[in-house]
Amino acid sequence: MIGRISLAAALLLVATPALAQEGGHGHGAATPPAQAPSASAASEAPPAPNDHVADRYWDPMAMAHARAMARMEMGGMTFSKVMLNLAEYRAGAKGDGYRWDGEAWFGGDYDRLVLRSEGEGATGAGLESAEVQALYSRAIGRYADVRAGVRQDVSPTARTYLTLGAGSLLPYWFEVEGAAFLSTKGELLARAEGSYDLRLFQRVVLQPRAELNFAAQDSRETRTGSGLSSAELGLRLRYEIRREFAPYVGVSWERRLGRTADYAREEAEPVEATSLVLGLRAWF
Amino acid sequence: MSSIDRRRLLGGAALLGGAMAATSPPPAWAEAAATAKEAPTLSGEDIRLVIARGRWPVDGRPGGAVLVNGSLPAPLLRLKEGQRVRIAVENRMDEETSIHWHGLLTPVHMDGVPGVSFPGIPARSTFVYEFPIRQAGTYWYHSHSGFQEQEGLYGPIIIDPKGPDPVAFDREHVVMLSDFSFLPPGRILTKLKQEGGVFNYRKQTLAGLFAHRDQTLRERVQWARMLMDPTDISDVTGAVYTYLVNGLGPKANWTGLFKPGERVRLRLINAGSQTIFDVRVPGLKLTVVAADGQDVRPVEVDEIQIANAETYDVIVRPAEDRAYTLVAEAVDRSGMARATLAPRPGMSAEVPPLRRRPLGTMKDMGMDMSAMGMGGHAGPGAPARPPAEPGAAPPRARGSDAMDMGAMEMSMLDPLNAPQVKLGPGVQMIAPIPQDRTAEPGEGLESVGHRVLVYRDLAALQPNPDPRPAARTLEIRLTGNMERFMWGFDGRKYDEGPPPYAFRTGERVRVTLVNDTMMAHPIHLHGHFFELEHGPEGFRPRKHTVNVLPGGKVSWDFTPEAGDWAFHCHMFYHMAVGMFQVFAVRPFDEATA
Repeated sequence: MIGRISLAAALLLVATPALAQEGGHGHGAATPPAQAPSASAASEAPPAPNDHVADRYWDPMAMAHARAMARMEMGGMTFSKVMLNLAEYRAGAKGDGYRWDGEAWFGGDYDRLVLRSEGEGATGAGLESAEVQALYSRAIGRYADVRAGVRQDVSPTARTYLTLGAGSLLPYWFEVEGAAFLSTKGELLARAEGSYDLRLFQRVVLQPRAELNFAAQDSRETRTGSGLSSAELGLRLRYEIRREFAPYVGVSWERRLGRTADYAREEAEPVEATSLVLGLRAWF
Repeated sequence: MSSIDRRRLLGGAALLGGAMAATSPPPAWAEAAATAKEAPTLSGEDIRLVIARGRWPVDGRPGGAVLVNGSLPAPLLRLKEGQRVRIAVENRMDEETSIHWHGLLTPVHMDGVPGVSFPGIPARSTFVYEFPIRQAGTYWYHSHSGFQEQEGLYGPIIIDPKGPDPVAFDREHVVMLSDFSFLPPGRILTKLKQEGGVFNYRKQTLAGLFAHRDQTLRERVQWARMLMDPTDISDVTGAVYTYLVNGLGPKANWTGLFKPGERVRLRLINAGSQTIFDVRVPGLKLTVVAADGQDVRPVEVDEIQIANAETYDVIVRPAEDRAYTLVAEAVDRSGMARATLAPRPGMSAEVPPLRRRPLGTMKDMGMDMSAMGMGGHAGPGAPARPPAEPGAAPPRARGSDAMDMGAMEMSMLDPLNAPQVKLGPGVQMIAPIPQDRTAEPGEGLESVGHRVLVYRDLAALQPNPDPRPAARTLEIRLTGNMERFMWGFDGRKYDEGPPPYAFRTGERVRVTLVNDTMMAHPIHLHGHFFELEHGPEGFRPRKHTVNVLPGGKVSWDFTPEAGDWAFHCHMFYHMAVGMFQVFAVRPFDEATA
């Protein structure tokens, strides 16, 4: 308090109105309104001008270029993300295998190119399934995107599909995604995925995850039956060394259902498998 | 500082004559160099700045930086009110650059914003700024191009008044706060775009719930339903930042000297690109004498929250012959900048530990129902002054932030609450009940147990130059979506080409900024000072940058100057993704501008 009083006294000694610094307040006072607009007009905003004041001082061509650059630098930049969602080794009673599920996107806030791939295989037996997708993605809401493009299956059967899908963050932080696939042979498939991140500790996250595959028809060629064809439930515990680099362990349960299971039995393939998984979730 | 500069400066001080004799400051920033290289200072009418990329050691580790005359921060520009200055800026980089004189009232084409006030300074070229110095006080300068500010292109400006200084002091130090990253800023922004919370290592956990920390289950469920994260205080944190004082990290410990009993003027400048700091000097009172370069009536506090681009001049009076620690905590408590005030070089004092990180509340979402119930006696628009002194409120009871039924049914995205906003992926919410929070301490300072500066403490020392009431009002909503890391004004990013906000030269306008996001936004208007609405009649505090708290609103009056002026969030990563606009003021007459 003493400091405050002595400072105030010093202020009184030194600061007389005549000596007071102008400190920027010459600003408004020195420029009285050029034309005082009428009261009614003044209560509304004037129309936005079409000219640029800087063009009067600098080369208008250089300014036009600088304006375009400024717009690009402030909101117009494009970005990318390459994400390995699942990259894991699977150990099961019926044999070991591997699996991947990844995505890369490139673009701005509204429009993006999305490339995806997922697949799995058994050690020693080669690829069981593999697909790639190339999609155009459009932001349509606060948390939702729609995507359209093509999917190419490499294995087990080469197939090309048209793809239409959507993904969103839902209330309570659920991530969901769905897509429909129409093959060049007329087959219609669909897929739904969902996951949730339960943060146990600051760097330890438990992620339940589900994937359901559907088909509209029986296809012996692709060994897929109509209805719910396969389901997978997973529970993975990851450790975030950094948010963007997290090894994990977990379990995964897969089941072929309905006609799809019958096709598998015919070929003496397992209908159901439970595996321990060890993998890496990473993005850059 | 060269000896010529020193002589010129001392000569200048002598010219001030008898009135200043008792208070004439020595060039004390030169004495500050206890541990650092001497802070370079440039004065006079002809100044040369050379911008080049280089390495800057931060706590012993060299990092990539943009240096001015080989230094970070850039040299102190010591100018005098009433002089003219010619500043030749040589760009030795292979990219375009620019310098904006933050808070200086320059002619519109000297303001230094590429694409608004000039074309920028091309690679390997020199540009000469020339303008009169029409004001006094503490200001700063920084690049307005690319990510160069983030990489270190910022420096302090002190303008000595042409008359006697109304502030009495024996010695002064510039305390320029900033955030330095070894990760290139382009990578930081990419990561934020990839996942908004990537740098937050203080998220709520299940373990925390069982340990009765942070929110209760009920609160967590309510927040999760709205997809809001109460721990999201700063986008970029101490996980990648080292916080600096005058270019030095906490270990290097920048030290400013004093003699016991002296009145020491600290010129605080927040040059942080994405960091709000809470500044205190345990053991000393801070007497605030200027805000944003403009003198204010002295007010004594214990702590100041300084938002990006703000400046505060404070007087401290260390009486004892010992060292004092200047603590500048990042608002999210993920790290701190630290410096020492000491009678002799090489001394240090205890560094207090980081305090508990703040947690967002309903109020930060602009949906605190208690504000509505108070309408009866407080009157609409009048903020409820917290019962306790700012900073000394009792800690909020855990679990008290849960919503009642009324709040649960309130729309967080009602277009009728802000018809001017373009809804879309870039607008996560529209605050249903935004509140004037200028009487409240900033986030995390509500219950620190001592007096914290609030905007309502500020009153101008000199009469306001334009006392007319506003003839019209303009409301601008600060909008964003944390999940997509999109930020803008009224739902639009700058690259989307929104029409500029239009004004008439010399009219009087009240602008109200409403924060529809959970993040604080320090908003800066170029080429002007505006007067915060709440101050005493005729002595409203004048600022160039005002921090709008989450869910809050701030009103100010201003008299538009002819020209096109940048208007933007001073969180540089918010600006980089589109939180930028132009105030277009017409008519424009070159002869008088």
